Amino acid sequence: MMITSFTWNDLLFMLDGAKVTILLTLAAMLIGTLAGVVFGLLRALLPVLSLPLAWVLDVFRSVPLLIQFVLFNSLKSIMGLNWSAFTVACVVLGIYVSAYCSEIVRSGVLSVPPNLRRASRSLGLSYWKDLRHIVLPMAMRVAFPGWLNLVLSVMKDTSLVMWIGIVELLRASQTIVTRIQEPLLVLCIAGLIYYVMSLVVARLGARLETRWQEND
Amino acid sequence: MIEIDNVHKSFGELEVIKGVSLSVNKGEVVSIIGGSGSGKSTLLMCINGLESIKSGSIRVDGTEVHARDTDINKLRQKIGIVFQQWNAFPHLTVLENVMLAPRTVLGKSKAEAEALAVKQLTHVGLADKLKVFPGKLSGGQQQRMAIARALAMSPDYMLFDEATSALDPQLVGEVLDTMRMLAEDGMTMILVTHEIRFARDVSDRVAFFRNGLVHEIGTPDQVIGNPQRAETADFLKSVS
Repeated sequence: MMITSFTWNDLLFMLDGAKVTILLTLAAMLIGTLAGVVFGLLRALLPVLSLPLAWVLDVFRSVPLLIQFVLFNSLKSIMGLNWSAFTVACVVLGIYVSAYCSEIVRSGVLSVPPNLRRASRSLGLSYWKDLRHIVLPMAMRVAFPGWLNLVLSVMKDTSLVMWIGIVELLRASQTIVTRIQEPLLVLCIAGLIYYVMSLVVARLGARLETRWQEND
Repeated sequence: MIEIDNVHKSFGELEVIKGVSLSVNKGEVVSIIGGSGSGKSTLLMCINGLESIKSGSIRVDGTEVHARDTDINKLRQKIGIVFQQWNAFPHLTVLENVMLAPRTVLGKSKAEAEALAVKQLTHVGLADKLKVFPGKLSGGQQQRMAIARALAMSPDYMLFDEATSALDPQLVGEVLDTMRMLAEDGMTMILVTHEIRFARDVSDRVAFFRNGLVHEIGTPDQVIGNPQRAETADFLKSVS
């Protein structure tokens, strides 16, 4: 029989870490999506004016997240901001998500056929009413799978916050590994927890998509 | 009354309308025929301001369509347009497609808009498709829905831009019947069409467009029955 030093307390410790992972993901998606929708709309509707915005967002998409965390965390001290590591993580992840989300939203908006917009404008809908009732609902259906992908990838990217001293699921697992020296078991459990969390998100998303597809 | 006066329109270097003048009176049905690239569809888009014009003027009931201070959204409420590609909103049911503009533009209550939409959809023979999404309809049904959607705004004018060109041949009839019904109800209509026989039947006047100009205009019997210009006759021969 296999004997393990892994205890219930260790599992609880990991679940605490998972809670931090979930909170970080939620915060990042909330900030990132709100900003990303605004940025994406600007990029789609005013492509020339919003070009500088695209350059800035490109920086956040192109520099590894790990570097962004460490740099911003140091910058925080230099600028004298009294932010917790968790706040820093939310801000950095939020900006990172907004950069990706803006591209997802932009492609969604551009996928709406110009003819449909003409049709709605011909009925007397103003620019904003057309945006609200035709463009956004249709763009959302196109953008949603990409957005869901982003949620899943960000959930895993949150593990990088351990570099600025936050204990989330992966960091918690490493601590336990260091103590009980059973990396395979612990990492399997951590992987399983990530998998279950992702599965819930993916299933919820799939259900929403099916409901939309039934209509088309 | 729609008054088109010496309108020019270019896409970049290419001038597609080269000085068209045409007036359409209340209750009149005018058909525009002509080859592709003759500027006839573009002219329709200019009438409700979906396309800008380079020079000239278009007035609808005395209101300058392309004037800077014209409330184009308000003006469009009285000009319905039906496109070649029927342009159903795929994320809304048939009923919601028709209710959208009365709700959001005219500010009607849900019940009012629904009653109005049901009435229009019944009128075009889609009373049994209210809760269906457009993707489940045939092209002809979608086009009739598009007509109902335009009529729900109680327009004074209806513009048809090759409304049957994208339909399978066996579906053309049902859409033409709907349009004929409208014409008989006294709706003021401008039809861009390739259905010469239909144009002859329902129109008060027919205009033949060529190279961005009105090449010949008159009653259907004159223009289609006895064309005076060689190009008109050639065109009619080529499409019959």
